[in-house]
Amino acid sequence: MENMSIYKGELNLKDTELRLGLPGTDESEKEAVIGVRNNKRSLSVTSEESRNEGGSDKGHGDSEAVPATKAQIVGWPPIRSYRKNSFQPKNNESEASGMYVKVSMDGAPYLRKIDLKVYIGYPELLKALENMFKLTIGKIRDNPQFYIVVMSMKMGILIILYTTDFSGEYSEREGYKGSEYEPAYEDKDGDWMLVGDVPWEMFVSSCKRLRIMKGSEGKGLGCAI
Amino acid sequence: MDCKRNRDMKSPPPFPDEVLERILSFITSRKDRSAVSLVSKDWYNAERWTRTSIFIGNCYSVSPQIVIRRFPKIKSVTIKGKPRFSDFNLVPPNWGADIQAWLFAFASAYPFLEELRLKRMTVSDESLEFLSLKFSNFKALSLLSCDGFSTDGLAFIASNSKNLIELDIQENAIDDFSGNWLCCFPENFTSLEILNFANLNSDVNFDALERLVSRCRSLRVLKVNKNIQLGQLQRLLVKAPQLTEIGTGSFLQELNLQQYAELACAFNHFKNLHTLSGLWEVTSVYLPVLYPACTNLTFLNLSTAVLQSDELAKVLGHCPRLQRLWVLDTVGDAGLQSVGSSCPLLEELRVFPADPYSQDIFHGVTESGFLAVSRGCRRLHYVLYFCRQMTNAAVATIVQNCPDFTHFRLCIMNPHQPDYLTDKPMDEAFGAIVKTCTKLQRLAVSGLLTDMTFEYIAKYAKNLETLSVAFAGSSDWGMQCVLDGCPKLRKLEIRDCPFGNAALLSGMERYESMRSLWMSACNLTMNGCRLLAQEMPRLNVEVIKEDESEDCVAEKVYVYRSVAGPRSDAPSFVLTL
Repeated sequence: MENMSIYKGELNLKDTELRLGLPGTDESEKEAVIGVRNNKRSLSVTSEESRNEGGSDKGHGDSEAVPATKAQIVGWPPIRSYRKNSFQPKNNESEASGMYVKVSMDGAPYLRKIDLKVYIGYPELLKALENMFKLTIGKIRDNPQFYIVVMSMKMGILIILYTTDFSGEYSEREGYKGSEYEPAYEDKDGDWMLVGDVPWEMFVSSCKRLRIMKGSEGKGLGCAI
Repeated sequence: MDCKRNRDMKSPPPFPDEVLERILSFITSRKDRSAVSLVSKDWYNAERWTRTSIFIGNCYSVSPQIVIRRFPKIKSVTIKGKPRFSDFNLVPPNWGADIQAWLFAFASAYPFLEELRLKRMTVSDESLEFLSLKFSNFKALSLLSCDGFSTDGLAFIASNSKNLIELDIQENAIDDFSGNWLCCFPENFTSLEILNFANLNSDVNFDALERLVSRCRSLRVLKVNKNIQLGQLQRLLVKAPQLTEIGTGSFLQELNLQQYAELACAFNHFKNLHTLSGLWEVTSVYLPVLYPACTNLTFLNLSTAVLQSDELAKVLGHCPRLQRLWVLDTVGDAGLQSVGSSCPLLEELRVFPADPYSQDIFHGVTESGFLAVSRGCRRLHYVLYFCRQMTNAAVATIVQNCPDFTHFRLCIMNPHQPDYLTDKPMDEAFGAIVKTCTKLQRLAVSGLLTDMTFEYIAKYAKNLETLSVAFAGSSDWGMQCVLDGCPKLRKLEIRDCPFGNAALLSGMERYESMRSLWMSACNLTMNGCRLLAQEMPRLNVEVIKEDESEDCVAEKVYVYRSVAGPRSDAPSFVLTL
């Protein structure tokens, strides 16, 4: 092909051709040459063993810009993004600093996201939701507060112990009775639960997303089965 | 046709144009139509006046103006945009393939356009609004792997397209603001036959959906998203017993006995169901409700259902007529055994990885699963198989069992992985495939491969049209072989291979008979690409330049034939040479 000879003369492609190995090495090696010189996207074979052992490949010599968790090649394996998202357990969200969950409200055109780790209990969470969506939900009982009034035993005054119940409109039996909106959350099993039934820590660890439902729809959640 | 009359060019045509047009209107296959158009000027004209459906495999290979000039009476348009590797994030965003320019042209030339099917195109909400308003007879919209729009755009379609029959929104990267778009179908709208919103994430208003399903008596395909619970699904099914394709939502909700019975009863009515999909978060306790509906099932898509082998086995026992099966590799080799034993009519199998980034080889499927399928399913001709180990011997046996493969896409997930028993390259596996499967049209290779694989492909794969290569080959020779030896090759996509300028340039004469060539992370330089562009003016040679790479390196190269000349809408990172 005349074209071939023209370009071979003018360009001297061999000089500009990039390949691994010392100059003068035979081109047609039978061994597979890993044909990437910028290692940002590809990993060498040898790195795989240490990857398996260590479980992490930070600071591994061959790869320059390897992500912290697993060494992932861009676009490999070749599966479309919508498939990848279906099954990956959402570890990253809770391990990272901040536990973001989506919050949807019936009738609102778009969702919000909040960081559950920022709140120390249900009252704070509800207050934040009320502020965010400009509505009222009602109060929820926090950990019982014990007011211990101890006066000097010497003086023989009794110890008064009482709890302050912040239950307000929430009760275990009737949920958010009288409230126009009721917060619900989707737990790890995919079930929709009324916010407030379980201890706060358990809620934070099992909550995947929040939904603020209009009062009438939430009735089912408040009733014991 | 009377040959004698044809030889005399000066005599009048044997019958009027109208007759020829009438005859040609029966020809639907686009390859046949292309052939017809080459016979003579008369036939070219008759063909162009009777073509109603156009397929554009690469949106930049032709311009809207050229299409409109040639074909005046188009009712249905199918367009594909970005290179396939854009599905795997290898193409930067805002690359192009915007539908708007096309729609603009179609609005004046084809105001009665009925169907638009797009794959890997960028579609904005404004475009969807434009589509819904300018085409009063618009009937079918199918968007697969597209991007650029949001649920707001869907709202326009729902509100304005009064004659809509099909709305098929699949696997798109879109902004999912809310499910309110579904409420936009007017109350008097009843024409819908196909509705697929399975891959949208937000909740739709269930009441609106239920009303829509009740009033669209011709609805035959309904694929809902995972926010639709079982109880809701039951209510929908009861309203639409005429469905032939069902995509369920989540299969998880806790049902009491009565609800379970109602659901089972609902499925029991679907004796003519031929496609079933969805089944997110499926639990085995609810699978039996499906069994009565599976008798005539030909396509079962379990690729979003995490099933174990025994669960799959039970389901498949009820699917004797299955032709296409998509599963997750959680079913394991044992699950695939049951495929082999229960589905003798199987033609297509796709096994997707549930956990693609895990290095652990004890997950997923191996060569024995594939072998088991090949023993029981002799009609198998399409496979997509993600696995973590494979052997040359297994593949050789598989193709002995199933010599009719037309599509063989094997993905051994660790790059450069050899035959795990012999530690040799996987060359012999692919050699066996191309030698035995003479009808092979599409091939994707993986594992540790030398140039030998490509020598085999060049020598035997004479019907090969599409080839996908990643992390393979030893030198330019591999790619040169393929370009030289596969006369029907149309699409070649390569990533992370040691092919350089010599290989690229060896195929110079070939690229005009191909749809496109993609090469990324190979050994190409800007000079090599420039030379190609210089020698072949009817090719568009585009280099995608991202900041990281050095100036003379051509990191991502996309070469395609075009009668429309260089792109006028290329973003700054796409250099047309």
